[in-house]
Parts: sequence; C-alpha cells; structure tokens
Amino acid sequence: MRNLVSFVVGSLFGLGLLISGMTNTNKVQGWLDIFGAWDPTLAFVMGGAIIPMAIAWQLTKARKPVFADSFPTPPAPQIGRNLVIGSTLFGMGWGLAGLCPGPAIASLSFGGVGGVAFVLSMAAGMLIAPHVRTRLDQAATAS
Amino acid sequence: MQVDWIYGLVGGGIIGLAAAIFLLFNARIMGASGIIGGLVDGSGKSDWTERALLIAGLFLAPAFGALIMGGSETNITGNYGVIVAAGLLVGVGTRLANGCTSGHGVCGISRLSLRGIVATGFYIVAGGLTVVIFKHLLGVI
Repeated sequence: MRNLVSFVVGSLFGLGLLISGMTNTNKVQGWLDIFGAWDPTLAFVMGGAIIPMAIAWQLTKARKPVFADSFPTPPAPQIGRNLVIGSTLFGMGWGLAGLCPGPAIASLSFGGVGGVAFVLSMAAGMLIAPHVRTRLDQAATAS
Repeated sequence: MQVDWIYGLVGGGIIGLAAAIFLLFNARIMGASGIIGGLVDGSGKSDWTERALLIAGLFLAPAFGALIMGGSETNITGNYGVIVAAGLLVGVGTRLANGCTSGHGVCGISRLSLRGIVATGFYIVAGGLTVVIFKHLLGVI
C-alpha cells in the first residue's frame, strides 16, 4: 500500500507542478526577476501548497500515520553552515535555469535535450555533494 | 495572464495535498531533492521502491497531462553551459542543505520550521540576485 500511495503522491505532485505553471522556467525566473516583468504566480503556488500541508502537520498531533508506526521526528533546529551555503548554491542554480528538482523531473518528457541535460547535471551534483561537504568540514576545523 | 494566479493556487493546492497524503499515510516528507538524491547516491536503498514509484508518478502524470493538453512549454535555455552549471549547483546545493523548494519550502514552512524558513530565504535571495546579475547585467540568460 505504501508503494501505491507513493505513486499517487508523485502523480499529484507532478500534475500540480504542471497545472501551476512551475514546469515553465519563464514563470519561475519571472518571479525571481523583481526588476523585470514580475510574475507573482510562484507565491500563489507556495501559498496554495503550504495551506493543506499546515493542516496535515496539525493532524499528526492527535493520530498515527496510516501505513507507518510513527511520524518523522523533526531535525535538530540548528542553522548550520551547510544549510546556508547549500541553499545559496541551490538558489543560484534555480535562478540560472528556472528549474528545481521537482519540476525538472516533471518536465522531463517535454523539456527536450536541455531538460535531460539539467537532470543529468543535477544527479552529478548530488554525487559530488558529499565530497563538497567533507571539504567544507575540513576547512571549518582548520580555521 | 490574469488567470495564471488561479492555476498557481489550484496547482499549489494539489502539490500541498500530495505532500499531506505522503505525511499522513506513509509518514514521509515529500522533498524532491531528498527522494531523488537517495536514488542517485544509493543512500535510499532501504526504501528504493517507494522512492522510485514517487519519481515515476512525478514523471508520468505530467507527461500524460502535457500530451492531453497538446504539449507544454518549459522555455528552458538553449545555452548548455548555463544548463550544466545550474544543474550542478542545484544538485550540490540541495544535498548540502538537505532540501529544496518542496522539502524546505512547502513541508518546512508549513510547520514553521526555522531551518525551512532560513533555507527558503537564502535560496530566494540567491535566485533573485542571480537573475539580476545574469539577465540584466551580463545578459547571459
């Protein structure tokens, strides 16, 4: 059942990205471009997604998950160096191409060679990430 | 153009519903970079099927949707240097930060997670500055 839920969740996620226009890089870059013809759509997508999820978090307080033993425990609340550096690097890539991981997969079938090249580069970046993390940790202990 | 925000709100609601179902049924966080990353580097071996099926749905549903709509535009740049650089940055950055727009943005902000809010602040400011520099100053994108 967990596997069926996963497929349904992925399908809804993908349809939501398609309907909202987030698979169109112009809309993402248009939202980030406050000095150009600013496109407010992304703010509505974020708002629309956060509302049902906020309700879901409230529901986790009084019950157990349907197909699991317990809900995930929230990570330690510290704001680490990796969170800040990683988010900044991610934002730079997001701005350059107008794609983040979810929409990159969702638009893979109609994104042409460019879409495929982005996903392959992203996968390569994910494989490099642990090495970057080690280097950053070494630099931090050395200083 | 005027109705785009309605599509945004409806599409966003469906994304939020998907994240809510994943949490309430499977007790999992719907973070795209974490789910993909676990498949790419092998760290998600124990729940490989669950991850792979989510990604399959994420790929197939919009593929059919776009087919029915008669195609959908991505307007991705034709500059492969930019594409590769952007992909590498997104891959490294999301794994280093342990999350992206869906994990930190949708799932984190909705439970008022400080990490989610800080991460989202940084990637939005970095993204905005990147667009200003590379579009308006350098004219690359």
